[in-house]
Amino acid sequence: MKIAIASGKGGTGKTTVSTNIASYLAETEKVVLVDLDVEEPNSKLFIKADLYNKEDKFKMIPQWNQNLCTLCGICQEVCNYNSVIQAGNTIMVFSELCHSCYACSELCPTEALPMIPVKMGELTHYKNNNLDFIESRLEIGQELAVPLIAQTIDYVNNLFTDDFIKLYDSPPGTSCPVIEVTKDADFVILVTEPTPFGLNDLKLAIETMQELQKQFGVIINRDGLGDAEVENYCIKNKIPIIAKIPNSKEIAHYYSRGMLIYKQVSEFKEQMEKVKRYIINSMRGVLK
Amino acid sequence: MKIAFTAKGKDWSSSMDPRFGRTEYFLIYDEEKDKIEFIDNSEANQEAHGAGPKTAQKLFDLGAQVLITGNGPGGNAASVLDKMELKIYIGAGDMTVKAAYEAYKNNQLKKF
Repeated sequence: MKIAIASGKGGTGKTTVSTNIASYLAETEKVVLVDLDVEEPNSKLFIKADLYNKEDKFKMIPQWNQNLCTLCGICQEVCNYNSVIQAGNTIMVFSELCHSCYACSELCPTEALPMIPVKMGELTHYKNNNLDFIESRLEIGQELAVPLIAQTIDYVNNLFTDDFIKLYDSPPGTSCPVIEVTKDADFVILVTEPTPFGLNDLKLAIETMQELQKQFGVIINRDGLGDAEVENYCIKNKIPIIAKIPNSKEIAHYYSRGMLIYKQVSEFKEQMEKVKRYIINSMRGVLK
Repeated sequence: MKIAFTAKGKDWSSSMDPRFGRTEYFLIYDEEKDKIEFIDNSEANQEAHGAGPKTAQKLFDLGAQVLITGNGPGGNAASVLDKMELKIYIGAGDMTVKAAYEAYKNNQLKKF
């Protein structure tokens, strides 16, 4: 079972939900939590676990060999990402823009653009009893999150069978990195806040999930803040509201200390219990 | 001297486009021939990534000696432009093309 925890808007509580539900579920189930917000992973702040494995992740980019090059211009023509540019008698490669498609390298008539590996990030794997926690972190200066997300999901799927509950903490938004995280998921939990901003971005996220034909439900975080429009919208459109986490200073207090909230605040734990039941029921195929 | 302007329109009275990579047009003014021509760059807006280097490549082929723009090219574009003999002046983003040219002639623009 693979569950992505996403949102349209940033800062709605994806990591709060991911880390708490992962730890809570791990009290009885086998759980893998994967922080795929590779541009700024932060789940580790809340997870106490021991280092199990660390590996560098690479992507392949072309490297120009001036001696072999005839300046025919094919490489620049075939690059869809503007990462190969011919400037006079120089071929420039912008590795951050490269999607590793190999077109320039394969189509070069003189093999002047061999592909070489460059480090794009680092994957770290921690363990704590029933909970495996994996995060990937993009190198500073790297622009593309998708290849690192894809390789991290491959790592998880190679190591863990589908009887594990795999929770993917997604980046915010609705762009390529979010698609990469959610396209592999059986179910998506959208975390939002009851404000006009939360609603606007929730609608975008819902549209995206419908386009991907994903099953999804909503968690309203900081409930009591703002207005009732998010809830009304979900009811009107028959979107399941999985849980409503109250807007509480106590919750914010434990969050700010990097503590797991369900262990401290009972009303928060009640909501995690709802999420847990929802996930377990989904696993059993009760929910359609 | 061939001077390139990043512009939102096709003639002297057009507003400058403060952006480099995603500028709508280039206006190229050939001082010797006193001729102005425009190049449509609107396709750069279709680029998800790499509009800067692509536009820089285009400018490279146009062979201008001076570029007058607003915010200035970003890092990738600048590294392409660096390969050509090009003087870049910035800070003309709020002017018309005509005013930008006058400001350049009066040494009122900042060198990039």
